[in-house]
Amino acid sequence: MSRPRRTPLDALHRALGGRMVEFAGFSLPVRYGSILAEHRAVREAAGLFDVSHMGQLHLEGPGARAALEWLLCCPIATLGIGRVRYGMLLNHRGGVVDDLTVYRTGPGQFFLCVNAARRERVRAWVREQLAAESGGTGRSPAGGPVRIEDRSDTTALLALQGPRSPEVLERAFGVSTRDLRRFAFRPVELGGHRARLSRTGYTGEDGFEIYLAAEDAEPVFRALLDAGRPLGLLPAGLGARDTLRLEAALPLYGHELDEDTSPLEAGLERFVKFDGPEFLGAKALREQRARGPARRLCGFVLEDRGIARAGHAIVSEGCEIGRVTSGAPSPTLGKSIGLGYVPPPLARPGAGFRVRVRDRELRARVVEIPFVPPAHLRRAKVRED
Amino acid sequence: MAEYEFPEGLRYSEEDEWARLEGDRLVVGITDYAQQKLGDIVFVELPEAGTHVEKGDRFGSIESVKAVADLFAPASGEIIEVNPDLEDHPELVNEDCYGDGWMVVIAPDDPAELDDLMDAAAYAKHVESRED
Repeated sequence: MSRPRRTPLDALHRALGGRMVEFAGFSLPVRYGSILAEHRAVREAAGLFDVSHMGQLHLEGPGARAALEWLLCCPIATLGIGRVRYGMLLNHRGGVVDDLTVYRTGPGQFFLCVNAARRERVRAWVREQLAAESGGTGRSPAGGPVRIEDRSDTTALLALQGPRSPEVLERAFGVSTRDLRRFAFRPVELGGHRARLSRTGYTGEDGFEIYLAAEDAEPVFRALLDAGRPLGLLPAGLGARDTLRLEAALPLYGHELDEDTSPLEAGLERFVKFDGPEFLGAKALREQRARGPARRLCGFVLEDRGIARAGHAIVSEGCEIGRVTSGAPSPTLGKSIGLGYVPPPLARPGAGFRVRVRDRELRARVVEIPFVPPAHLRRAKVRED
Repeated sequence: MAEYEFPEGLRYSEEDEWARLEGDRLVVGITDYAQQKLGDIVFVELPEAGTHVEKGDRFGSIESVKAVADLFAPASGEIIEVNPDLEDHPELVNEDCYGDGWMVVIAPDDPAELDDLMDAAAYAKHVESRED
């Protein structure tokens, strides 16, 4: 086993008391102090994460748009410059090669932010598929050339998440984000360091993801920490990132998604352009849609005391019917929550089954997901009332 | 290395439990090292009073947000008391692991079994050897 890679913020994490663990081949802090406190800070104020392990694959050239339209199941033609979209790369069987966000930085300029553990696979996949489509000419299906460049090693990525994130940015760098909508991004200068500021995240809260040169990561991280601490900001680790995304029911590759799982099974059909241009995996997905998927992802709450975790068996009438893909105590709800695949009739809210936790079988009830509504829907709800 | 508190006068097991003999009652909990290592404790599963355990038996489990740890009996005997506060307040284990965060009281079959456990200094070395 090779030594884990370090992010540009490694020394700072250690100085801040981060408990380092290995994740996707990187050494990253699972927490600095208490996961519950870091989780709460993000829901109520702000949290600052180092997510530099994520990969950035740039695709540029006259053929880039058509290439991505073919490779991704989300629509690309309608993605404006300065806009971001969630999407997936699918294989021919409709399985998920990776889930990602796609950024359009120019007419023929895009980059994909991909999972750390999938970076090499995605790079090879994109190259292979484009070569196959073009008969080895390096041109995309629409005929134009595409340059592919992996800039993961020189790019750092910070996630500033939580309701007070705009205020933290304003205080740290005098940057106003009032005109930056959700799923939009723009270039900014943060204390003289050039960055891309994206109003996106993986927590279900308002917030930003900040792309910048690796060598600029530490001064920017420090300035955000200093400006944010009086507002309640905490540096936050992978532990809180996981409980936050689970409450928001956002999938984690390798848990909810893999190459044998389709977006239909995962409840992600709203990200699939069934009525749009043809894309890789569309045929298999259409067939699956006509037939109905054999299993569906559901969210559940445990009714007995205990904690369901990834890998635990889901049982009904004495038979194993599925597996928990993610599970944790929900800091916001004070209950044990989880996600797992079950036969479709049992995936409906109100359905019940049991989760085998060591020597006990705990009662679980299927509920609507997300468990905690994302911030933009919480605000809409207040307006309705 | 992080700072840990290992009070004198307690006996310590390799599995990071402490045991304190009070007359014929053996009070058992987890050490400061174990609670710091686990982080926020959110669930403690303990047996019912009246259960007999053999030294080294798994008698319960303790879970933090990210991790699960088993609890092993530091001595053989009957569990005569279980901390009733941990069901609703598992955070007591983080806040006061040698006091209000105790787990169970055992009536030991043979108090001499405690001699096999470590004293504070030996346990501190045991922890240090795993910290690198």
